[in-house]
Amino acid sequence: MQYFVSVIDDKSNSATPEEMAAIDAFNDRIQAEGHWVFAGGLGAPSTATVIDNRGGEALFTDGPFVETKEFLAGFWVMEAPDLDVALKLAAEGSKACNRRVEVRPFL
Amino acid sequence: MNAVDVREAITRAHHEEWGRVVAALTRRFGDLDIAEEAAAEAFATAVERWPADGVPPNPGAWLTTTANRKAIDRIRRENKREDKHREAQMVYDDDPPEPPGAIDDERLRLIFTCCHPALAVESRVALTLRMLGGLTVPEIARAFLVQETAMGQRITRAKAKIKVARIPYRVPSTEDLPGRVTGVLAVLFLIFNEGYLATGPDTDPVRHDLTAEAIRLTRLIRALLPQDGEVAGLLALMLLTEARRTARVSASGELVPLNEQDRGAWDAALIAEGHRLVRERLATGMAPGRYQILAAINAVHTSARDVRDTDWSQIVALYDQLVRLDGSPIIVLNRAVAVAEMDGPDVALAAVDRLADTLAGYHAYHVARADLLRRLGRGAESRAAYDKAIELAGNTAETAYLTRRRDQLG
Repeated sequence: MQYFVSVIDDKSNSATPEEMAAIDAFNDRIQAEGHWVFAGGLGAPSTATVIDNRGGEALFTDGPFVETKEFLAGFWVMEAPDLDVALKLAAEGSKACNRRVEVRPFL
Repeated sequence: MNAVDVREAITRAHHEEWGRVVAALTRRFGDLDIAEEAAAEAFATAVERWPADGVPPNPGAWLTTTANRKAIDRIRRENKREDKHREAQMVYDDDPPEPPGAIDDERLRLIFTCCHPALAVESRVALTLRMLGGLTVPEIARAFLVQETAMGQRITRAKAKIKVARIPYRVPSTEDLPGRVTGVLAVLFLIFNEGYLATGPDTDPVRHDLTAEAIRLTRLIRALLPQDGEVAGLLALMLLTEARRTARVSASGELVPLNEQDRGAWDAALIAEGHRLVRERLATGMAPGRYQILAAINAVHTSARDVRDTDWSQIVALYDQLVRLDGSPIIVLNRAVAVAEMDGPDVALAAVDRLADTLAGYHAYHVARADLLRRLGRGAESRAAYDKAIELAGNTAETAYLTRRRDQLG
């Protein structure tokens, strides 16, 4: 079972050196324990480009598809047998990166 | 056996066995929908068959076997689609074996699943009443003044989350257990309180069905976790509160406050049982949690044959203990009400007035102020406080009482 753990923030690339170190340590641990699938940080919404190719021609527009104060700043994809395990890992991830996180299962 | 006896046997089996059947099937098939529907089909079959065939010697076993068969039939019917086939195999029985003497009752797994912290509190309440209590969706909707379709959707969404997000079906590990039990008790206390002080303008002021269900489920948890002090405390609190139920509303549908109740109308058996639980906890010498302290406060109240014999110093001391554990403004308010009996209404009013900022929207704050101001002879201010309390109170019996009290002011 895989879970998508999104990191919620109102800034991008804002982690302090201490937070980066804590995230690295957390990543090492979940790799060692077999929960790691993939993780990454995302550029600011201002770097986003929206593409609509549903019509005859692809349309490129500047900016995110939805304007909010908080957005997806990064994510983990984790392997866990059930939600209790995923929630525990996500709680530790939240502590490591010092941000709120959201857990959702992959279908 | 006549028709009435059979009907009673079915009702009793429904009360006693519903949760067990649902739990056993959930364990076997790993799916709440299948478990619930098969249990409902088994009870429907009992309603058809028992009047003709007689009540089986072991109704619980009969119902479980029948429900199992119904579930297998259903899975076979739907098995033609391959994704459904997986459901039958979704038995995650990969838990480590329980330590000796640990709880193995399947209903306990079920209640921890229904009360999982990843579910919204309203969903936990609804799921617990449906899956463990066997209340129907319309009954639960009525109890919480929600449209039937909305309640149905709430339960469906919660079950879908359990399935899709894989909320596990197991008793939490020893390290997580205390925190998770707290969550379960909070759900049961919510059910009880909604029954005890029903908030709707069109419901009975006391919903005995809900208080009885909450007590029944708490008894179940108590049987499964006999060493847990807070479980015993919550059960004692509920019993001592329930014991006063019939004395609490007058013939004219008005709330009767504790100090005016006919103590002869209290249920002596429930009080004795509640006192026994409180004494049992005291004897352990372990530090009590909030439910145990609340139960002890109620034990002091119910020990006094006459309201004038109430040991207020002990009640205030218990509230002091409670405030140290949970200094929430509502606890501080209740302590102040007890202080009024010991140190006088002026001292209590000073304490209550300090809560103005946090409790201005809470009816009990205005009730307490109105009463204290009345006792201090400050009629106009008391009237204003009663007005505010009446405006905020949701319980019909309480509104009636407060209105009369206000109108009695000179």
